[in-house]
Amino acid sequence: MHRFANPARFMRLSARLLPWLAGATALLLAVGLYLALIASPPDYQQGQAVRIMYVHVPSAWLSMAVYGAMALASIAYLVWKHPLAGLFTKAVAPVGAGFTALCLVTGSLWGEPMWGTWWVWDARLTSVLILFFLYLGYIALVGAFDDAERGLRVGAVLVLVGTVNLPIIKFSVDWWNTLHQPASVGRLDGPTMDTAMLIPLLVMALAFTLLFAVLALVRTRAELTWRKVEVLRLFQAAGE
Amino acid sequence: MGTFFEMGGYAAYVWPAYGLATLVVVGLLVLSVRRLRSAERMLTLLEQARRERVDDGPDA
Repeated sequence: MHRFANPARFMRLSARLLPWLAGATALLLAVGLYLALIASPPDYQQGQAVRIMYVHVPSAWLSMAVYGAMALASIAYLVWKHPLAGLFTKAVAPVGAGFTALCLVTGSLWGEPMWGTWWVWDARLTSVLILFFLYLGYIALVGAFDDAERGLRVGAVLVLVGTVNLPIIKFSVDWWNTLHQPASVGRLDGPTMDTAMLIPLLVMALAFTLLFAVLALVRTRAELTWRKVEVLRLFQAAGE
Repeated sequence: MGTFFEMGGYAAYVWPAYGLATLVVVGLLVLSVRRLRSAERMLTLLEQARRERVDDGPDA
């Protein structure tokens, strides 16, 4: 991570990495969609509705993983003042918000036919909704400062405070009564899902992860470039 | 093929889920690439203007 923290080196490395990552993402998404929509079997209880899982679960995982990455970057930004870490956090927040929104809506679309309701105010659904608001709050807060550095610093503190929500989301299905099923993949005693569904799910999850990597690189490059533009504008305003 | 699109009676739930996923993914990609491109264009313009000013000398 330290090597990546140098902006010039980041620009060089990410430019070389991006075409490969984008290609791998497209390939994996194509395979994942084929497995999810065509090759995988219908569920014996849920029928074809189970196919919603292949979008819902990867977006749920990513919604938390992106927040975790933002939290780590926020520590790096506050403690070691890595300029890239702050820009990365700002760059990926809308991606995290997108995955969280996708998780909530696909969950609703799955809940209606399976549970008989679009929404319940239980711990799992509510804590994910709070995660969504944390993303939106972070985006609004960072954008509200005239001093960009100050905005990033305050935003990093908000991200770190919000990390208490991550274990609440993860364990909400064990700690409280809920309609939501408990974990069936990330368990200490191993996955309880059949491989005919587990493999498509893992392929889709990997595809979503690569997609996140592509978006993170593109968006961090954009933030860095905008930062350079701001500096040049300041020079220009100073008459240099 | 017809049965594929019917999704065993769950078409009204499965297809919106995949449609929305496509929308979010494509939307994020388009917006992100556009933001990068506009930053790069602006940077090129500013660097050009700066070079021209430097070439003209500080008094120009």
